[in-house]
Amino acid sequence: MKDPRLLQLDPSDNVCIAIRTIDAGETLPTADGSAVAAETIPLGFKIAWRAIPSGERIRKYGAPIGSATSDIAAGEMVHLHNMKSDYLPTFTRHEGNKYGHD
Amino acid sequence: MDTIELRGFPRPDGRKGIRNILLVAYLVDCAQHVAREIVQPFRNRGVHLIGFPGCFPNPYAEGMMKRLCTHPNVGGVLLVSLGCEGFDREELEQHIAQSGRPAYTLVIQKSGGTLRTIEAGQARVQEMLARTSGARRVPMALEELTVGTICGGSDATSGITANPAMGRAFDLLVERGAACLFEETGELIGCEEIMAARAADPDVGDALRAAVHKAARYYEVLGHGSFAPGNAEGGLTTLEEKSMGAYSKSGASQISGILRPGDLPPRGGLYLLDIVPDGEVRFGFPNINDNAEIAELMACGSHLLLFSTGRGSVVGSAISPVIKVCAHPETFRNMTEDMDVDAGRILENRATLDEVGREIFDLLLRVASGQATKSEQLLHQEFVLTYKPFRPPLFTTVPACGAKNSL
Repeated sequence: MKDPRLLQLDPSDNVCIAIRTIDAGETLPTADGSAVAAETIPLGFKIAWRAIPSGERIRKYGAPIGSATSDIAAGEMVHLHNMKSDYLPTFTRHEGNKYGHD
Repeated sequence: MDTIELRGFPRPDGRKGIRNILLVAYLVDCAQHVAREIVQPFRNRGVHLIGFPGCFPNPYAEGMMKRLCTHPNVGGVLLVSLGCEGFDREELEQHIAQSGRPAYTLVIQKSGGTLRTIEAGQARVQEMLARTSGARRVPMALEELTVGTICGGSDATSGITANPAMGRAFDLLVERGAACLFEETGELIGCEEIMAARAADPDVGDALRAAVHKAARYYEVLGHGSFAPGNAEGGLTTLEEKSMGAYSKSGASQISGILRPGDLPPRGGLYLLDIVPDGEVRFGFPNINDNAEIAELMACGSHLLLFSTGRGSVVGSAISPVIKVCAHPETFRNMTEDMDVDAGRILENRATLDEVGREIFDLLLRVASGQATKSEQLLHQEFVLTYKPFRPPLFTTVPACGAKNSL
């Protein structure tokens, strides 16, 4: 991938990283062509490099970092709303997740 | 820069310090105010405050205090006791005195209360400063240096800029014979197999796997892992993703062994600090925040700490200088006065990982030679020590890893 906005840490990864903030509406390259960013993707956040079916492992640094909880389209942001840990639930300040229980 | 000659303060146990600070240590939180007031006029003259808040005795805390009060950066200690707490102050004072350092104890209940203890303490500190201020430095080799690394306030940039850059600096240090310590097993959940492949021998590999599995079980009982809300707000989604980023701090060297809090590395090389107690969960989270972790890295002899942050932590530490490596370019612009190194340049194509790694290594040598870090200039001297259930014999080491200097 040659795009100054994106970084893929390992060739086996199915996500890449925004290395600058990407605005909604920007066109991004993907494994199968291109996609339009549906929302703002901040610096450091993950973007699906190709379509990832629900249940598939998310790979970054060449290692699994969790699993998809829904079908993720190429070019879509990958975060708490569509993936989860395979070890321990993630703790956030938001309602329902405050003490780390699903 | 590679040829810089380090100069350290020689200690009777053969180690050398890169600072010559005095400690005022409270032995229960009830004595903290008095101890803090004693330090107040001297806080920019290398007099630091540490202590243990609990009234009930705890072998781990007493062992930690022994190690910290005889840390190579420490030149003398004043203990401040209320008088009725459980801490064995006589044993601690004796331990410090046996290390060849000036050691004194003030007991508030025997010294006439708050004001008279503060007055007596300040006079004692003044006198110790007069004795230690003329201390001479002697040549110190890189093989005599121990460096710890930690990440705090991590975000998705930490694992792609600051942490791997610190890993490069670690590789340069290990190559030159320094001892390098990385932590913490709870933030390596998911990396156990990759890490075990770097072990010096199969026994160390098994010990690395076992340490991470123990951490995973421990955190599962507690309900969640070492993952703060800010981590998710910064783009990290899962504990294992944070782990992979944290793991990159360790660089690419062979892993020589595992240390427990208070173990001194037996020789140069790369070591994992296992901070999770054995057995059932007691006393809550293994380390309640970054400074609790730093205290353990210092108890293993770390002369200085490399601290990476993406979100923007401001902490420093008592005893050992902290070098802040900022992972996120916006955070660096927003908090420049707190940051020593701008690793976010890597994301903006203004520097490579190797260049930032070298910059960290060069800065580390200058700090070891006396240059003040940003957090030192700002008088950040945070310190945290809590209860832990390490079982006697205290501070034992995984046998295969061979640390000889456990308490």
